[in-house]
Amino acid sequence: MTAELVRGQNHPLPQARLEIRVSAGKPIVAGATLSDENGKVQGVEWVAHPGSPTLPGLEVSKQAAADHRLAFDLDALTEAVHRVSVLLALPSGVGGPVQFGSVAAPFVAVTGLDGSEIASYTITGLDAEAAVVALELYRRQGAWKVRAVGQGYAGGLAELLADQGLVQAPQLAHDINEAVVQGLARSVAAPPPRPADGDRSRHAATSALGSDQGGPIPQGATSHVPPQAGYPEGPAQTDPSATTQPSMPGAGGPVNYSHPGRQAAAPPSPPPTAPPAQPGQPAQPVAGDATGWSMEERLYNQVWGMFEDLARTMAAYRSAVDFADSRMEQELDKVLSDPRSRIGGQADAARETARAKHSQLVDQARAALDRDLAQLSAESEVVEPALPPAFARWDSPVWQGYRVPMEIPMALRLGDLQLPESSGLSIPMLVRLPLERGLWIDSGRAGSLDGSLADSDELRRLAMDTAVAHAARLLAVYPAGEYTVHVIDPAGSGASALTPLVQTGVLHTPPAVGAAGVNDVLARLTQRVDLVQMAIRAGAADSLPPDLDTAEQLLIVNDFPHGFDDRAVTQLRYLADEGPAVGVHLMLVADREDAAAYGPLLDPLWRSLLRLTPVPDDHLADPWVGHAWTYEPSLVPPGSQVLQHVLTQVAAARRAWKR
Amino acid sequence: MTVNMTKGQAISLQKNDGGTLTAVRMGLGWQAAPRRGLFGSRTREIDLDASAVLFADKQPVDVVFFRHLVSDDGSVRHTGDNLVGGVGQGGDDEAILVDLARIPVHIDQIVFTVNSFTGQTFQEVQDAFCRLVDETNGQELARYTLAGGGQYTAQIMAKVHRAGPGWQMTALGTPANGRTFQDLMPAILPHL
Repeated sequence: MTAELVRGQNHPLPQARLEIRVSAGKPIVAGATLSDENGKVQGVEWVAHPGSPTLPGLEVSKQAAADHRLAFDLDALTEAVHRVSVLLALPSGVGGPVQFGSVAAPFVAVTGLDGSEIASYTITGLDAEAAVVALELYRRQGAWKVRAVGQGYAGGLAELLADQGLVQAPQLAHDINEAVVQGLARSVAAPPPRPADGDRSRHAATSALGSDQGGPIPQGATSHVPPQAGYPEGPAQTDPSATTQPSMPGAGGPVNYSHPGRQAAAPPSPPPTAPPAQPGQPAQPVAGDATGWSMEERLYNQVWGMFEDLARTMAAYRSAVDFADSRMEQELDKVLSDPRSRIGGQADAARETARAKHSQLVDQARAALDRDLAQLSAESEVVEPALPPAFARWDSPVWQGYRVPMEIPMALRLGDLQLPESSGLSIPMLVRLPLERGLWIDSGRAGSLDGSLADSDELRRLAMDTAVAHAARLLAVYPAGEYTVHVIDPAGSGASALTPLVQTGVLHTPPAVGAAGVNDVLARLTQRVDLVQMAIRAGAADSLPPDLDTAEQLLIVNDFPHGFDDRAVTQLRYLADEGPAVGVHLMLVADREDAAAYGPLLDPLWRSLLRLTPVPDDHLADPWVGHAWTYEPSLVPPGSQVLQHVLTQVAAARRAWKR
Repeated sequence: MTVNMTKGQAISLQKNDGGTLTAVRMGLGWQAAPRRGLFGSRTREIDLDASAVLFADKQPVDVVFFRHLVSDDGSVRHTGDNLVGGVGQGGDDEAILVDLARIPVHIDQIVFTVNSFTGQTFQEVQDAFCRLVDETNGQELARYTLAGGGQYTAQIMAKVHRAGPGWQMTALGTPANGRTFQDLMPAILPHL
């Protein structure tokens, strides 16, 4: 039966070997002082603290933690000791809370070695105190008792220790804090703590014996096992390795259920809520009005939601118009085939009715479409300016304030999508990163919407510009040094378009020219894919050569298949098939006609790539209804220096990171 | 409160306060076949399917069923195929959600059907029912008990059709036979 103590209350202790468990919401320091019959601490050697955690008969934690287990063997204390005070303090200088009033009320419990609680005490009513005497264990007529104290000190440990008569109190308080700060630093950087050798063999023996002979005493309860520190919070929390450390079996601690690769998941901040709608009107749209754990994810989901809404509302409109057309046709046919209607004005009247029915339905459908388009346009107007660089158009102001990101974004904008009936409303085309398939920028004539761009040289130049814009965006949205771009330009025909990449120095190597250059780049990338694949299959990712570039790789190939021999074509197909899984991506700038000599051999290659066009073209289908959407690449506005501005920063960041 | 409708009875989907219905749900529930042992006594699963056929002027223009879960315009959504049934205690095992306000203008009738895909007649199915619910307040508009409903494998349950500015529901409750909604088309057409 647990006695829940209130301040000042005491309780007899039935045994000498005890544990005192402490839990607080934040990392705190736990220690103990010994004092003589006059209540005086005789010297620093009478204080157990993180810098000096063991004294005869008691042991405390080596570091600050949210949970502590202090071990006591009261019989082992020297005769001179009449009182043991258990003290708690907030570590200073580590950026944590500085007073107990801002943390949860600490809870202390005195337990037996089997974990059964003897007495517990919740220290309430603390405010500006930075240190507190939680409990004291004291001798009374040959037996030990525990008393709930709860005496706090605003001056911290120094004041607390001085109050107990310790002359060196300020110096000791300083030493304790030093030890705690070091412990915190150690808990971030050090490898997982291993139990002492003796412990390990004992655990092995225990498990060999089987649970029935291992004894009922939990392993962690024996006094010489280091108290299992709770996971340090604050600075340590951000380091994923810190959360993985206690998961070692046999460490004697509780099972750690946290996912090793996952950071402590705080619930996401709530999405912005739309202001309440005016009666009779649809709600005002808000950017980020979708589900997701981050604003980025919400915007991504919102854009895809708008995409689906537009596809579906257009399906409704088109099916209504189709139905109106076919019904009018049928009715007109009926009029024509009815012999009675050939005389008089009956036929005209019937025709008129059919046409009126048609136009009425189409008008209704159009009204519904306009209503939906207006709402989507309003949404687009608030969403578009809120998009982060990876999702934004090149003319968006976010690119002017561009900073090299620290994290890979979840998606990338490749262009805009439009339907003919919704001119003016375009949906960002976002694809998930890393790319799952290569890109094919079609420089061929066949795809262009109007024949006006018949000039194939012009198209090739545009295609290369598009490729450079996509590549620059990829470089910009990856963290510094985590994206490497290779260029194969066998005939050098893309040199002018490649200028932004070359001049700003974001390419590791200049564009490869000639057959030799082609073979060299392909051989290097093929070898990389091969190595990484082998390492992944063998589960030996750490045995990769140290000079291997771990960044994602993008290979831009201009004028395929010029400069490619059969062997190079085979290698390219290998890269297209196997590369995306191991971070090697392909961007082909090519006219399919040029590769006609290969016959159907290359069809699988073309099919495996996502075809994009340098000019607006309706070749992309949505996944819900299958409308043909007009794709327009996101290009840098003419005359804009945004590409140079952004790439210069990328190159500078890369130099700063020495990658 | 359950409104057990009689065949052919029409109710207007006007709410008591005068507003029209904006969203209805067709629910279908049945009890899964009892589990038996392994070899030699395989469980014969019961798979009932709910479908909604969208008509424009008596021509089917779209259908929502287990192979096409969302109508092209997005206004009618099937929550997903259930192949085995549930506990048979009144919960919906399959549901079709209809957003009446967003139905395309040319669609004037929606017919809801139930088919036994695995071929058991309603006689053999335990605790089977289908119902139409007002999604805005959860009130049941119509309910049919299918179990013990004779040697039929399908039912044309109800139709929701335009009436003036709003919608009206007519309970059909016509038994029929067929594996999917396609088999029911001849039986549906007279009800349009």
